[in-house]
Amino acid sequence: MSESAPTHAPKMATLSLSDRLKPWLPLLLVPALIVLGYFAIDSTSSWLTLTVSGLAMGMMIFVIASGMTLVFGLMDVINFGHGAFISFGAFVGTSVLLALGTMTGAPSLMLNLLAIAAAVLAAMIVTGVMGLAFERVIVRPVYGSHLKQILVTMGGLIVAEQLIYVIWGGHEIVIARPETLKGAITFAGAALEKYRLLAVGVGLVVFLALRAVMRRTKIGLIVRAGVENPEMVQALGYNITRVFVGVFIAGSALAGLGGVMWALYQEIITAHMGNEIMILVFIVVIIGGLGSVEGCFIGALTVGLVQNYAAFLEPKLALISNIALMVAILMWRPMGMVPVIKAK
Amino acid sequence: MSDAISEKAGTGFSSGNAPESLPILQLKDVKTDIYQYHILHGVSFEVPRGGVTMLLGRNGAGKTTTLRTIMGLWKPHAGEILLDGAHINGLTPAQIARRGIGFVPEDMGIFSDLSVEENIRLAALSGQPIPERLEWIFGAFPALRTFWKSPAGTLSGGQKQMLSVARAVVEDRELYLIDEPSKGLAPAIVATLAKALKDLKNRGATILMVEQNFSLARALGDHVVVMDDGRIVWTGAMAELSADTALQERLMGLKMEHA
Repeated sequence: MSESAPTHAPKMATLSLSDRLKPWLPLLLVPALIVLGYFAIDSTSSWLTLTVSGLAMGMMIFVIASGMTLVFGLMDVINFGHGAFISFGAFVGTSVLLALGTMTGAPSLMLNLLAIAAAVLAAMIVTGVMGLAFERVIVRPVYGSHLKQILVTMGGLIVAEQLIYVIWGGHEIVIARPETLKGAITFAGAALEKYRLLAVGVGLVVFLALRAVMRRTKIGLIVRAGVENPEMVQALGYNITRVFVGVFIAGSALAGLGGVMWALYQEIITAHMGNEIMILVFIVVIIGGLGSVEGCFIGALTVGLVQNYAAFLEPKLALISNIALMVAILMWRPMGMVPVIKAK
Repeated sequence: MSDAISEKAGTGFSSGNAPESLPILQLKDVKTDIYQYHILHGVSFEVPRGGVTMLLGRNGAGKTTTLRTIMGLWKPHAGEILLDGAHINGLTPAQIARRGIGFVPEDMGIFSDLSVEENIRLAALSGQPIPERLEWIFGAFPALRTFWKSPAGTLSGGQKQMLSVARAVVEDRELYLIDEPSKGLAPAIVATLAKALKDLKNRGATILMVEQNFSLARALGDHVVVMDDGRIVWTGAMAELSADTALQERLMGLKMEHA
């Protein structure tokens, strides 16, 4: 047997420039859509308004979907009950905001933001605890069986919606935005809603924070590795079940945060609002690539922009625009825009 | 290869402080089922402290299942597994790993989306790899230093296997379970791996290794356990098996020329 160490050139060294750029192509999708929208929409002010609106909607969907994509990627769990956390988050957040009426009604940005922070905190705590209970009682017995997961998580969603009826009643609740977040600012002749700008900022902060956790911390490393090969993560000495539970709780809490954001966006909440958003959430999770936070972010922004542009350009097409987008993206990249390699 | 590794605890590859006479691993009548299939039908053998024990046998004999059962990835429904005299039956793979078993699976188990550095960092349970150990890894597998920041998914098959071995040895372990490290690799890469594993052995590590390549098994092995149809059919010294071609043919269906 030869003793000399050979020099093995990895495949990467032989990749062409186009092959190297291929994985980054989805990143260009959002700016490309924005440019396309600019040429398709006659009025620049309308285009700017629609773009901000689309980005805000996309950011909110991202906040909701990011937890779900990680839960699916890491635990291989299809959680149809994710919508329950959105609804509960919205109701808890709205209750806090209504209770802090003097703060939300005051013409002070600081007081308004403090009230929103309190609502978000309460919503995230409640949905986080709900997530823990959901994982223990509903999801844990059905790990590994997708059909059972769909059935029991749908059941969990129905129970949660009924609980909302019991606690808050069967009627919808109107929630006004805090005083300083009402109305719009004018920029380049376009009316940009203040709340939507805030939503874009919050979504961006959540994305950057999630990315930093996933890329720069040990727990992020474990989660990323666990998405690919949970068995090997265990064999390296990490308790993957504990990581599962932590991700489920974090994902539920993020859905709660998204619920509060969506409630203030729509200014009206119902028990089944979470269920309604789930269609968009599923589209985002699928086109982003199951388990990919970056893919989820690009997918959510794409869905938000397409929905808004389509609704303006051809309202009848708005209903099918996102389904058409999903079909197109899956034909281009069957595993989603940022595919996550699974060892299973 | 670096000689800078000291043999003191934390930086060497020695197998703990338990009495030399006590086998590091004992399997007693272990039976494992995978779904409705009975794979291991009462496997009993011991792995002595220090050196390389080769687990040999035909395809489907139950070698990989044995390693996975020791690692806790399959649960035995009967029998006992003792590491350093303590039962590890019923422990999770994470608990077993933390008791001191390093595992190199048959499929290498590389995290393709993570860089080489991240793969190694993840394996270092204490947080950061021990610098001396890292130097040994770079000495044994220079390619890992070259592609330290590259995604592991872009490495060649041989480099992935090197990374898989490096990941197992980055921490102090009582025992290394290595499943077919030469599988599908070019002879030159097998030679690199063999050299590294031999160095590991010379530094006092205990290895239980599954291998189909008998030349490699003979070059590295001290003790042999041969399996067939989920049972142990022979145990003994590698020198004995190596010298007896009739025995090899009877146990493993081998017909080979000796160097």
